[in-house]
Amino acid sequence: MSVAMPGPKAEILARRGEIAKALSAIVPGEGVITDPDGMRPFETDGLTAYRQLPMIVVLPETVEQVQRVLRYCYDNEIRVVPRGSGTSLSGGALPLADGVLLVMSRFNKVLEVDFENRATVVQPGVTNLAVTRAVEHRGFYYAPDPSSQIACSIGGNVAENSGGVHCLKYGLTTNNVLGLEMVLITGEVIRLGGKHLDSEGYDFLGLMTGSEGLLGVVTEVTVRILRSPETARALLVGFPTNEDAGRCVGDIIGAGIIPGGMEMMDSLAIQAAEDFVHAGYPLDVEALLIVELDGPGEEVHELIERVEAIARDNNAANIRVSQSEEERANFWAGRKAAFPAVGRISPDYYCMDGTIPRKALPKVLHRMKEMETEFDLRVANVFHAGDGNLHPLILYDANDTDQLERAEAFGSAILKLCVEVGGVLTGEHGVGVEKRDLMGEMFSEDDLAQQERVKCAFDARQLLNPGKVFPELHQCAELSRMHVHKGQLPFPDIPRF
Amino acid sequence: MAETLRPETAESVLDVVRWAAAEQVPLEILGHGSKRGIGRPVQAEYTLNLSALSGVTLYEPDELVFSAKAGTPLAEIEKLLADANQELAFEPMDYGPIFGLEPGTGTLGGVLAANLAGPRRIKAGAARDHILGLSAVSGRGEAFKAGGRVVKNVTGYDLSKGLAGSWGTLAVVTDLTFKVLPRPERIATVLVLGLSDEAACAAMAEAMGSSHEVSGAAHLPKGMARSCGLAVESSVTALRLEGFPSSVSYRSEALNGMMRDRGAVEILDMPQSENFWRAIRDCLPFAGRSDPLWRVSIAPRAGAALMARLANEPLNYFFDWAGGRVWIEVTGSAEDAAEGAIRRAIRAVGGGHATLIRGSAALRTGLSPFEPQPAPLAALSRRLKENFDPQGILNPGRI
Ligand SMILES: Cc1cc2nc3c(=O)[nH]c(=O)nc-3n(C[C@H](O)[C@H](O)[C@H](O)COP(=O)(O)OP(=O)(O)OC[C@H]3O[C@@H](n4cnc5c(N)ncnc54)[C@H](O)[C@@H]3O)c2cc1C
Repeated sequence: MSVAMPGPKAEILARRGEIAKALSAIVPGEGVITDPDGMRPFETDGLTAYRQLPMIVVLPETVEQVQRVLRYCYDNEIRVVPRGSGTSLSGGALPLADGVLLVMSRFNKVLEVDFENRATVVQPGVTNLAVTRAVEHRGFYYAPDPSSQIACSIGGNVAENSGGVHCLKYGLTTNNVLGLEMVLITGEVIRLGGKHLDSEGYDFLGLMTGSEGLLGVVTEVTVRILRSPETARALLVGFPTNEDAGRCVGDIIGAGIIPGGMEMMDSLAIQAAEDFVHAGYPLDVEALLIVELDGPGEEVHELIERVEAIARDNNAANIRVSQSEEERANFWAGRKAAFPAVGRISPDYYCMDGTIPRKALPKVLHRMKEMETEFDLRVANVFHAGDGNLHPLILYDANDTDQLERAEAFGSAILKLCVEVGGVLTGEHGVGVEKRDLMGEMFSEDDLAQQERVKCAFDARQLLNPGKVFPELHQCAELSRMHVHKGQLPFPDIPRF
Repeated sequence: MAETLRPETAESVLDVVRWAAAEQVPLEILGHGSKRGIGRPVQAEYTLNLSALSGVTLYEPDELVFSAKAGTPLAEIEKLLADANQELAFEPMDYGPIFGLEPGTGTLGGVLAANLAGPRRIKAGAARDHILGLSAVSGRGEAFKAGGRVVKNVTGYDLSKGLAGSWGTLAVVTDLTFKVLPRPERIATVLVLGLSDEAACAAMAEAMGSSHEVSGAAHLPKGMARSCGLAVESSVTALRLEGFPSSVSYRSEALNGMMRDRGAVEILDMPQSENFWRAIRDCLPFAGRSDPLWRVSIAPRAGAALMARLANEPLNYFFDWAGGRVWIEVTGSAEDAAEGAIRRAIRAVGGGHATLIRGSAALRTGLSPFEPQPAPLAALSRRLKENFDPQGILNPGRI
């Protein structure tokens, strides 16, 4: 796949040996990797179609080391790409040939668990699941739960504003982060928020979350933890058509019910998942809905009945309600394994991530069916139905260049369709390199210029993760120029007092 | 007296800001002016009044979303949503009563600019957590949009959040899209009477750490409950439960059982609860007065410790957000309105911030109404401001 990255700077590459030495002085021992074999595991992230060996890999262990590495790179104008666990699906952690890859995996400690304030302080390399593991003995958990949660890091979650099944009710990463410590490219440490709410001043927490490693390196995260719901039960509902399932989703929400999770799969995804994990999914339906209701026992009991009735009104072909924790886990097993399951029926798949207004679901599904013929490729659909976040998985064979190109074109067509119906390019996986060149579909030049100005406030030399998110790199000096539109005041049509 | 411009369209807003940018004319940005008393007084030749930029442009109850122009009265939006059994889940507080204004003033733009929230902040978040997208004009006179109309969106930086709580100093917002949620069918409040501040903070922490989904936790020290409509003399610790009727009665039973050993328990029904939480939301205990008023945000469990450190200061206070938001009214005549003491106490209990919400113009000019920032953060804030409003024409001096 082809996205042009900023060209390597020859003068930096020529100084590689000297740079490695300077960095080794800051991060001693095995913290600096320069041999190609050692760097190989870092050449790609979850978007494996893109690969690039970095110039040097650095694995710092302390905040001070991060500060000094960044300051050195700043002084020497060396590009830096931060990396957590490398599960990004948009190429956010793709290295640069003349860049330092700053791997945060050694920041792997849970620093503090504070049940009374319902907050946990962790280092950024701690995995998402480990945050829950650290608090579950007291009945607490961390709500955002990306499917990659055993592997992905909290630092990466912050950088991507990751979501998961539970985000419908409990919010995305951005709604669950209370505080951050980060290091700017200049080496300065900034602390935002903490165990209190609403950090004062500009909402830098909000800007940092989802900034894809372009603004600063996160070195500590304070997250909100929640008490686990008393009960959780799930319904597994099969529908004869996608339209029925889509309408059912709208009706549930329209009835004032916000489920803990509401996921939908289409027939190809159902089949693949069933073949893989034998979850007992019905195979004679076009769409499957998993609706999880959580909360106090009384409430869950009542809502199950309400949702069942809504499903029946929408032509549900069959309805199963989980009778035990084991059965509930079983309902989810197929959904959770949907990506690998699809991986079994196709050599490769390309995962899209657009979000659409829920009501556009039937139209978008219909158009995607037509596109399958146009591009001559199959799509398996998995969605976070409650919030309209689609994950069409385009099946292709990467060894066949023609298929690869068609897959990419198909993906772009799907995303453009999402924008056309009022949605967006990416709901939770980020822009990265993958959707960078599609940003113009959603944003005008002025829209993008404002986002770039945020970048300029943090990193005016554009050294942190360049080549991601923005289709074009503008110099901050160029962006800061004022374009003055001389006007005259007495606006005749504006009322004045 | 500043001259007021009152544009009726987003295009005219753009014209005004472009003109102001070209001529380097400072503008004070206003909706209804209900929060004008917060922050440093703005010195500007012209007032850009957005109240004519009004109207809901999209409302799709099934999609849980609406869009409206920045000057749309919040009251109008709340009414529209209520008619469809929906609401802004973050319970935007109404600052009017604190400043002796009629309740119900304020515009949607102000909701975001001040990042409003209410008691449900602890469960549902603030305006920042519910904004989906917006259109705005930067201090450079460039019109732009950010975000979208769907809940899940990580396409580019979250600029809508970046403008939350920015008090009109980065851009003039012209249109906003928010998500909405169903209104709870039932509300009840469990009151625990007679607790000390420390016992109350412990009780609120226990309740918040339970699986009963408490959506409001406030503590009024002795003698203050009357101003919130309760005929009680002792201190009152209040825990709110919302949701489906059967669930609310089940949970209030459970919470009642949990709290019984701590103090006498009483239950408020739905209408009583609504009144009570509106009073907490709008800070009614300190409404209609003029003494300096601070709003403090700290770790919830530190609430009582904070006030213990301020025991010798002449002040009144109460807690919201399970102890994490403290409203402090300074009754003495200290010149700095106890700023030094309050900021020191916050640092001593683990950090947070204090904002002077009410105070004379002289006071707001003389001290720092917002929490002073450490140097690197202050420099970052300055750079952000310079990037969006290089000439400082939007609400100069406000923060
Ligand atoms: C099978 C699979 C399932 C997935 N399911 C989901 C899902 O359900 N929901 C979802 O939202 N995502 C999902 N993802 C995507 C991915 O897991 C998330 O984006 C995750 O947050 C990335 O975390 P990471 O630690 O792997 O980050 P990386 O991939 O290492 O990096 C991602 C980005 O974060 C930046 N970054 C990493 N650490 C830091 C730091 N400390 N400071 C600053 N920037 C940093 C990088 O520069 C890069 O831009 C899935 C991925 C896979 C492979």
